[in-house]
Amino acid sequence: MNSTQKPSRIKWHIFVFLAPAVLVYTAVMIYPLFNTLRLSLYSEVAQAREFVGLENFKTLFGDENWSKQFWNALGNNFWFFIIHMLVQNPIGILLAAILSHPKLRFASFYRSAIFIPTILSFVIVGFAWKLILSPIWGIAPGMLDAVGLKSLYAPWLGREAYALTTLSLVSVWQFVGIPMMLIYAALLSIPEEILEAGECDGITGAAAFWKIKLPLILPSIGIISILTFVANFNAFDLIYAAQGALAGPDFSTDILGTFMYRTFFGFQLQLGDPHMGSAIASAMFAIILVGVCIYLFAIQSRMRRYQF
Amino acid sequence: MNKARHNKTNVIAAHAALIAYTLIALFPVFVIVINSFKTRRAIFREPLALPNADTFSMVGYETVLKQGDFFLYFQNSMIVTVVSLFFILLFGAMAAFALAEYRFKGNTLMGLYLALGIMIPIRIGTVAILDMMVATGLVNTLWALILVYTAQGLPLAVFILSEFMKQVSDDLKNAGRIDGLSEYRIFFNLVLPLVRPAMATVAVFNMIPIWNDLWFPLILAPAEEVKTLTLGSQVFIGQFVTDWNAVLSALSLAILPVMALYVVFSRQLIRGITSGAVK
Repeated sequence: MNSTQKPSRIKWHIFVFLAPAVLVYTAVMIYPLFNTLRLSLYSEVAQAREFVGLENFKTLFGDENWSKQFWNALGNNFWFFIIHMLVQNPIGILLAAILSHPKLRFASFYRSAIFIPTILSFVIVGFAWKLILSPIWGIAPGMLDAVGLKSLYAPWLGREAYALTTLSLVSVWQFVGIPMMLIYAALLSIPEEILEAGECDGITGAAAFWKIKLPLILPSIGIISILTFVANFNAFDLIYAAQGALAGPDFSTDILGTFMYRTFFGFQLQLGDPHMGSAIASAMFAIILVGVCIYLFAIQSRMRRYQF
Repeated sequence: MNKARHNKTNVIAAHAALIAYTLIALFPVFVIVINSFKTRRAIFREPLALPNADTFSMVGYETVLKQGDFFLYFQNSMIVTVVSLFFILLFGAMAAFALAEYRFKGNTLMGLYLALGIMIPIRIGTVAILDMMVATGLVNTLWALILVYTAQGLPLAVFILSEFMKQVSDDLKNAGRIDGLSEYRIFFNLVLPLVRPAMATVAVFNMIPIWNDLWFPLILAPAEEVKTLTLGSQVFIGQFVTDWNAVLSALSLAILPVMALYVVFSRQLIRGITSGAVK
């Protein structure tokens, strides 16, 4: 073997194999990410970019106009996330638990059908539900009337008190397929012997689910929680498609994504401000980072101990 | 006996729950599609009825095809999705091969660096991405979208593909080396064909988010000639809000290609998710 040549030859291969991915990823994702964090420290003064330190953040949190909008968007975003955690993930787990029953017929049909909303775009989902819930068309009031509950109907998307919850539920409807699939996969991977051992001790049915399966799928529940968190805190499309950039009525459905879009791009009479937009993006980055860190250090590292 | 009856009620309850949820999942799509084939009067009078000889009408579709350039939007979406997938798979597989095959200084660090993007959404950097695209003149071109989607898809692609490439047998690669194949030939001729199923999984995972994205087309490529189908239908529906026939037809036309893709790829997608590729 010509050992003098080999190291340098291998290095070139590695370089060629890695270069395209690393270049594109660095140039289009990592560099802009840090550049956005940097831009949040600048402002436009007399048509020139000027370093202003933490001034933008001072405005965002200190100025009454801005901070009111920011806390409103953040609070709405948390409500959006809580609804997903309380409705989407339990329904997903329940569906997966039913589907994973070994002798269930048509399981693959149900699975494919329930996953369909997940593949549709936000534009389709947003408008379809807007039409269905609309008082003009009357599908929702008509159906409630059929079961004698017409008095419950309200134009949910138009009422400040209900609009955000309604849109969160629409989003839950769209994405329930993802926790369902991931939990389904986790349930299938539980070894048969463990369940049989439980059966010998008289643990079957619902008890087997709560006492054996649920503890074993906790890591997957952790994963869907963090995926939901990240997806919710940079959500934008559904609100924009259904309610527009103003996130009406009266900003009651405004979340961080729509707030950042409005600030960055401008709307109606307000001009866009990329530097304030960057400041909001930085705040979103910080929130997502905190969430991911909590997951990695507090939840995931603790959960591993329960795995085989 | 008692136990058998108990089982039967359980099975019925399971089917009832699943059928109920399937109806909830499919109902909105069903309502949109059947009403797109009805006259305006029938849409409002009998929203849940199927179109019949009296109420059948294609007027919505005629408006859509006359007013919106849906073939162009479809073509744009197709180009962006296919080219992005090609780059994600090619670059992702190359980087995954380097990480899985060679021991070199900084291997783990490089892996971690590339994995960062799995958790951090690329949207956070939008302001600087737009700056960059304006500076390079790529704004309002399909290339802007292709670059962004490639960067967005690479982290997960590298992660999944390197897991699979570690399983390719060393004997095979070493046999190739003894036969005098270059490292490039080993990658393209020996390893790539073996990880084809994993490549398909990565492709299916990336396809749907790229096709459905609204954020980047809205910000980076809003011009008429580069609009994607998602943005195009959003703008079209916004302009025709009061023309219910047109809106319902536009929605149905937007559902159609995704459904077609899903029918073709659903087995691959579901196998990909359930085989634990994302764990």
